Amino acid sequence: MLDAWQYLIAHPEKLAGWTLEHLWIIFVAIVIAVVLGVVIGVYISGRGKEHVADTILYLAEVAMTIPSMAIFGLLMLLLSSVGLKAIGFLPAVIALIIYGQLPILRNTYTALQGVDPAMIEAGRGMGMTEKQLLFKVRLPLAISVIMAGVRNAIVLIIGIAAIAAMIGAGGLGVPIFRGLRNARLDLIILGGVSVSILALLVDNFMGWVEWWVTPRGLKER
Amino acid sequence: MIKLDMVTKVYPDGTEAVKNVSFEIGQGELCVLLGPSGCGKTTTMKMINRLIPITGGTIYIDGVDTAKMDENALRRDIGYAIQQIGLFPNMTVGRNIETVPELKGWPENKRRQRGEELLKLMGMDSGEFIGKYPRELSGGQSQRVGVARALGGDPPILLMDEPFGAIDPITRVRLQDEFLKIQQTLKKTIIFVTHDIYEAIKLGDRIALMKEGELVQYDTPADLLYNPKNEFVENFVGADRALKGLQLIRVKDVVKASPPTVKSGEKTEIVRERMERAGINWLAVVNGDGNFLGGVGKADLGKGDSVGDVMSPSAETATANTVLNEVFSLMLSHGLDNLPIVDKDNRLQGVISFDTIRKALVELTQRGKTG
Amino acid sequence: MRHYVILISLLVLLLGLTVWITSLDWIKEGVYRPFAWGDIANCTKAHLEMVVIAELIAIAIGVPLGILVTRPVFRKLTTPIIGGANVGQSIPSLAVIAIMAPILGFGLQSAIVALVIYGLLPVLRNSYTGISNIDPAIVEAARGMGMSRRQIARKIELPLALPVIMTGIRVSTVITVGTAELAVLVGGAGLGRITLAGVYTMQPLTILQGAAPTAALAIILGFILARVEGGMTSRGLKVKAEMA
Repeated sequence: MLDAWQYLIAHPEKLAGWTLEHLWIIFVAIVIAVVLGVVIGVYISGRGKEHVADTILYLAEVAMTIPSMAIFGLLMLLLSSVGLKAIGFLPAVIALIIYGQLPILRNTYTALQGVDPAMIEAGRGMGMTEKQLLFKVRLPLAISVIMAGVRNAIVLIIGIAAIAAMIGAGGLGVPIFRGLRNARLDLIILGGVSVSILALLVDNFMGWVEWWVTPRGLKER
Repeated sequence: MIKLDMVTKVYPDGTEAVKNVSFEIGQGELCVLLGPSGCGKTTTMKMINRLIPITGGTIYIDGVDTAKMDENALRRDIGYAIQQIGLFPNMTVGRNIETVPELKGWPENKRRQRGEELLKLMGMDSGEFIGKYPRELSGGQSQRVGVARALGGDPPILLMDEPFGAIDPITRVRLQDEFLKIQQTLKKTIIFVTHDIYEAIKLGDRIALMKEGELVQYDTPADLLYNPKNEFVENFVGADRALKGLQLIRVKDVVKASPPTVKSGEKTEIVRERMERAGINWLAVVNGDGNFLGGVGKADLGKGDSVGDVMSPSAETATANTVLNEVFSLMLSHGLDNLPIVDKDNRLQGVISFDTIRKALVELTQRGKTG
Repeated sequence: MRHYVILISLLVLLLGLTVWITSLDWIKEGVYRPFAWGDIANCTKAHLEMVVIAELIAIAIGVPLGILVTRPVFRKLTTPIIGGANVGQSIPSLAVIAIMAPILGFGLQSAIVALVIYGLLPVLRNSYTGISNIDPAIVEAARGMGMSRRQIARKIELPLALPVIMTGIRVSTVITVGTAELAVLVGGAGLGRITLAGVYTMQPLTILQGAAPTAALAIILGFILARVEGGMTSRGLKVKAEMA
């Protein structure tokens, strides 16, 4: 513990660098994952899409059971076969987007399905178009549940991004691996503790965001 | 017999939920615990089967202090039905009803028999329902099974906490009627919790009205309505308490003599004479077997030769068991001055008029005032 | 039906990849060879052993503990234990594994302890929710009819909570299969050894030679446990789903 602290005092810029790298990867991944997840979620929650919804949600669910190293390996294989850079940032971000899909997709879908039909009917009765209904009624009512999904997704991919250091993506996984490979306990502790703190901080922050985006009338207390 | 003696419940935080409540419930009586929410009625009931531990006073069942009995054995001899029903979703309807018999160690064939018997008592087809699961039942069916389960071990005592509270009004009335009929044959000692004054008047032999943990009045429904102890009772039973009293009286209590009738074949001339002699304006028309056909008023008699031609056939009738508030309501809504009372074969038993109702009500009010 | 198609195609892909890679002569001409069938078989066996041991310990601790904190006597422990489990779940698996090295050193025991800790959380959480989400009216009715605490636990609470507890065990097992792949970093055995060799040499094919069978294992175990879950669920709890 003490060694880790000394290392941090000696090289604060290294920890800062790894943290920024980590944040950058999850930021890029989550932005794309949210756009993708919400768009697909909205699409499959439409009427008559029950079969599509079932298939896509099941696919996302199965993807979650696949350990991250298999996804990394598959992506590296695919990317190198089409001549793209097969290690580092690209496969890591794509993998994180895939893993982020289930929580976002599922929550978007269930939240939209869960909107009281009476409200939709009321909206229609007042002459709203389907688009207006989506943006003025369904999405605002679903937003807090969607945000809860985003929160789950971020916490999940922070952990997977750490593993992505194994395929050269950088981030807080780097000191962990370097430490484990060279039996440098100070690096292991520094990386392990930092990435845990990051996950808990982001989790709390997202909890606050979740509360903040909830329309006032739906907030508890 | 159940006796509550200075029963008190004080929670650890100091809240006094029940304060020195004493009353007795006779064998085979249905006692309603009535009051606004938070008055301590449910707490009082749950102290009887010790789901809530008593903190002061004593509850006796047949002279034995319940605190000295084994609580599980005590509960197995007290049926328990609650508003949320609480059927076990992992067990079939049959297994649910057989719960207490099983706990009591009855042999399997006796348990099975009991289950079928109780479903039949509740008016449910045992072949259809015994193997179903609670989630396959409607609200009314679940509630019936809940009551059947409470009766499972054939307990002499039944505790019921708003058992019909969560059901739609139409089904509720039907369940109340069925329940009354069942109670007439079973004669269990029942403690029934409700906040609904109508339900209390309809079902209770006696009503214990509670307020803020105290027993305000313990009386028959008639006395509660017409002899309220204080302003709280008066307000709780409502300004229309005289009308509510109509629920307490059944047709058979007030209509006795067999009414004058005419046959449909009789000549109108002769009937007019009879009416004028007796000073009446309306007569019930029957056929040769005494079956009710309709009514004929004095004013209609001129319109034809025989009664059959001029009478107005009436669909509205009551039976000897109909309560007076229903009779009253029928008469008002159909603009009738007289309502015929028939038996199940449509044979005329009597006729009830507004005057009969008024007299019955006056008598009830008087009884309350003097008693 | 669609689910089966997805599942089977995925399994065919993963196992096909494994077979193909293993049958290659070279991963990288003249430099790296694929692992032999014998290595894969041994590693799979070791992987399974590690997962089963860790999971059994996690169940043995998680289920009783999760049920215990629902009892009134242990009310005080509910918030710290369940809250702790919730917080613990957001800590990355890699961090939990890595931290074992400074605490317990490198070796199989470190790997298993890490897997137990991480696998414990879903089991613990679901055991707790399974019991505490039972409609209080059901328990009250049971008490009112004179069932003892023990009878209520055995006849009512456990059967009703079992599906939720089994879900926790399934989720935990699937996670553990994947986490076990990383546990080689602190001295664990199993398919992670092959994957790690691929990582060190940066050969996607070698990574997949270890990771693809691991993924297949996770999917198969998840499927089997889902079936067990269905079999253990009381019929009375399924009827609603059928009607809906």
